[in-house]
Amino acid sequence: MHELSVIASLFDTLLAQAKAHKARAITMVKLEVGALSGVVPELLESAFEIYKKGTIAEKADLVIDRRPFEVRCRACRAVETRSDFVLACPSCGSTDLEIVHGTELVLQKIEAETE
Amino acid sequence: MPKKDILVLQDLLLSNAQAAAAIRAELEGRGILAVNLMSSPGAGKTSLLERIAERTAGGLKIAVIEGDIETERDAERIRAKGVPAWQITTGGACHLEAKMVGRVLPSVPPETEILFIENVGNLVCPAGYDLGERLRIVLLSAPEGDDKPKKYPQAFATAQTLVLTKADLFPHLPFDPAKAKAEALELNPKLEVFITSAVTGEGLDELVAHLRRKREEILGRA
Repeated sequence: MHELSVIASLFDTLLAQAKAHKARAITMVKLEVGALSGVVPELLESAFEIYKKGTIAEKADLVIDRRPFEVRCRACRAVETRSDFVLACPSCGSTDLEIVHGTELVLQKIEAETE
Repeated sequence: MPKKDILVLQDLLLSNAQAAAAIRAELEGRGILAVNLMSSPGAGKTSLLERIAERTAGGLKIAVIEGDIETERDAERIRAKGVPAWQITTGGACHLEAKMVGRVLPSVPPETEILFIENVGNLVCPAGYDLGERLRIVLLSAPEGDDKPKKYPQAFATAQTLVLTKADLFPHLPFDPAKAKAEALELNPKLEVFITSAVTGEGLDELVAHLRRKREEILGRA
């Protein structure tokens, strides 16, 4: 439920990037959102639609690249996607795992119209 | 009109992450362990802090930042125990952010050893915001049910300590502390688990000992 606050923070970055690159309009914004990032992509989309009105990104499309929760086992090196966030290796049962993907909440790129 | 692709690759919560890093650095320099307490509303965060305040009176120096949507009530409860406390009212926001905590730091007394930050009661959003803490504690109370860890995975996955509260109610509720613990450990095998009751005092001495030990381990100070 804090998606609007995430989008507010995104717009701070968008405005700074637009200025730095002398953009007239932002036409596309691409985010990476992990399954364990704590935000819901659909709510980010709604918040983006509300927030963009009257800004340099008014006509921008929001593209969300959803990253599944992916872990690598330090014992057997298997890489697995987990839908239940359980930190145990399905191959060997080890609980010594590292998270490869799933916690991302990243502004990947912007497409802009320049002068 | 020419179009341009701008590669950014920036964390969406970068400004929060930067504020949190500054808080972490300042508090480490001052020898203060910051502890972020997270749970649903009513899980017993403030009651737990009241009991900790009673047990550390005259010894460990603690201070508390209280986060709530409205009212000064929780900070008043902590001050009544003789502990410095500051209330942050978010006015509707569902979580604390690092900048809000940063504004309170100049008021925190230099002799403070542990600074508790009681987050807004919410098992979802606070988990996404680093407040500059070195220890994150999640509480789960018996009336909430033992099936909550997997329903709210981020809170349990990002904490280092789990406290199962309201143990005095275990006999009256279909709450299985072993099941709650096992479920949380599946999400986070390194989680250290404690069982407490603010009513009977069960588990509180163990939890206070854990906090002292964590401060030594993390900050390298006794």
